Amino acid sequence: MAVLSKYLPGAKKAREDHFEKDDPRQYLMHDPIPRGQMNEMVMESMHATSWKFWMVFGILSVLVAVCFFYAWGYMIAEGLWVAGVMRPAYWGIFLVNTVFWIGISHAGTFISAILRVFKAEFRRPFTRAAELMTTFGLIQAGASIFMHLGRVWLSYWMFPLPNQRELWPNFHSPLMWDLLAITTYVLGSTMYLYLPLIPDLAMARDRSTGWRKTFYRILALGFRGTEGEWRHLHTAMNFFAFAIIPVMFSVHTIVSWDFAMAMRPGWSSSVFGPYFVLGALHSGMGAVAIVLFIMRYTMKHMDYFIRKEHFDALGKLMMMVSFTYAYFIFNDYIIQWYGGNLATDNLLHWLEEGPMSWMFYQMILFNIVIPFAVLWIPKVRQTPWLLAVVGLLINIGMYWERYIIIPVMLTINNMPFTWKLYEPRIEIYLTIGTFALFLLFYMAASRLIPLIPVWEVQEGQMAHTMRKIGKANVSTISDFE
Amino acid sequence: MQMTVDLNRVGAKGAIAEAAEGKWGMSIDRDLCTGCQACVAACAMENNISFVGEEDAGYGRTQHWIRIERFWEGAYPNVKIAGGYQPMMCQQCGHAPCEPVCPVFATPHSDAEQLNLQVYNRCIGTRYCANNCPYQARSFNWRDYHTMPERGNMVNGKLVFPLHNQFNPDVTVRRRGVMEKCTFCIQRIHKAQDKAKSEGREVMDGEFAPACAQACPADAITFGRIDHKDSLVSQRSNEGRGVKHLEDLNTLPRVTYLKEG
Repeated sequence: MAVLSKYLPGAKKAREDHFEKDDPRQYLMHDPIPRGQMNEMVMESMHATSWKFWMVFGILSVLVAVCFFYAWGYMIAEGLWVAGVMRPAYWGIFLVNTVFWIGISHAGTFISAILRVFKAEFRRPFTRAAELMTTFGLIQAGASIFMHLGRVWLSYWMFPLPNQRELWPNFHSPLMWDLLAITTYVLGSTMYLYLPLIPDLAMARDRSTGWRKTFYRILALGFRGTEGEWRHLHTAMNFFAFAIIPVMFSVHTIVSWDFAMAMRPGWSSSVFGPYFVLGALHSGMGAVAIVLFIMRYTMKHMDYFIRKEHFDALGKLMMMVSFTYAYFIFNDYIIQWYGGNLATDNLLHWLEEGPMSWMFYQMILFNIVIPFAVLWIPKVRQTPWLLAVVGLLINIGMYWERYIIIPVMLTINNMPFTWKLYEPRIEIYLTIGTFALFLLFYMAASRLIPLIPVWEVQEGQMAHTMRKIGKANVSTISDFE
Repeated sequence: MQMTVDLNRVGAKGAIAEAAEGKWGMSIDRDLCTGCQACVAACAMENNISFVGEEDAGYGRTQHWIRIERFWEGAYPNVKIAGGYQPMMCQQCGHAPCEPVCPVFATPHSDAEQLNLQVYNRCIGTRYCANNCPYQARSFNWRDYHTMPERGNMVNGKLVFPLHNQFNPDVTVRRRGVMEKCTFCIQRIHKAQDKAKSEGREVMDGEFAPACAQACPADAITFGRIDHKDSLVSQRSNEGRGVKHLEDLNTLPRVTYLKEG
């Protein structure tokens, strides 16, 4: 809120523009509407479906049926030879998808838990959208791991189940740590999605009829909104917000250990843990931008909740994450290169000028150069479609990054006789299948649960006031959570 | 003050593996190897290894437990052999990178023979062991090659597979989805040990050989106990030309390559 220092004669128009620009009502927190009206808006956004929604829903259902269930069933029936994995790239796109989806799931926790703990106010309208990404992304990640197994029907052997031979799973194996970390993360993030949802489910219960009423009544656990219930809920949310942050960091670190623990050129790197965590945030932020853009333009009343300021704040976060990502990628590659190990050297030269070098350069371009070049411009950050395009490019770049780390880096190893380039086969369909399943889940959820945490927005609007300090209008928050 | 470090204590894990009893080992004389691939054929016969066919083999899905690596200079047709032939198989590492990474203990270390075992019916096919093997010695069963319909004959409306008659009954036929690798012909080791035990003696040096060593026309492959100083394989390994492959990775391989000339 800048203060106008002087009034130039004949500049009335300019002054009006200026006031309009600084009008606090452009911020969601300073543009309150009555609670009943807001509840109705959110309910309406859930109920309003057009033929376009059902058309996209139908197409996605067909894609899921064909590319996910049929393709996977075919692969289970036929064996892994229908996929492109071979020696030396024993791991292929399935694990690329796993790492990618776990990366997407990270933004959910970051935005909702870290920003909630640090009380970043811009988070309020889209914490739920981000948390849903966490849960649905993890489902895709889990499915991709199981796709990758040679004998998926025996995957329960990874669990410590009692058995006749008293065999335990091998707790020395990074894959075992992975399983434990991802399971913890799925459970934790689902709880963390559910807790802030309870008041909104109760709100929806009070405003619906028929099967929806039953659905919300069961899920709302009889929440009435008494002071005691709120106090318990706040305590639980606070607890989970703090608890989920270390879990989030550990999950992607452990995913990176699947690679960093192995004796392979390009993989054996001690910076992989934080590098993967940052990479996950990078793709996750981009995905949040895309989701917010789609929500704003396809769902009713969302232009009230999701505004320029949110894209602006997200753009700033994306830029910051991009800087940090650049630091880590530099740190990883410079050390690998300076070490001068022969196999690593071969690998780096191959990335530089081999057949997959286009992917390497696109990764640098999309993940670092483009965010650096455009995100400092407020106009870009505040234009939803532009930010969504940047988010999409970052996601493509991050997908390439994982592709380079897994099948491309596997190509070059210590035994030159076995060098061979991986080509995806049925993996392409299964990748489309996981993307379609994610979108399908998301679309279904957008019509079943309130995508906007109404109580959180209302709480924020109650807490925000404009005050005059001297001549300046200052936004103040009275929030003692 | 003199600073000394007892390497056996520092690398405790390796030291234990090196001091182990009952180690079987191999030496491969690259001076003698002519690259004839007799070992590859013999190994495939002995161990029921699938024939993957031209297309899959070209794509990098050969399942040979031993392979002859050729090294050459230049591009076809101006090719010159440089570096010769290098038979490569599982090195039966004393400190094996493949072992700890398996989530279900499908690839444990045997105390009796000091080999890396592969338990086919425990394997769930994560393929982590193959990724972590610096020698790329493991092969995965991408499909059931031995029951592919085009490999069989239709007899009275029933599909029969004549090639199944040549399977070695001492060795499992692996199904798809599991990892496999060289076992140093553990079935032959056990057979020799059983015979020796019934005759009340130790297994003699050179009493038996794995299929590759038996088939090698140039006698480049020698097999035996490397914890016995006077066995032929120990003598050959220690004669001065012996090198371990990728020794800097501290995998403690049991195979010694005798370098050329």
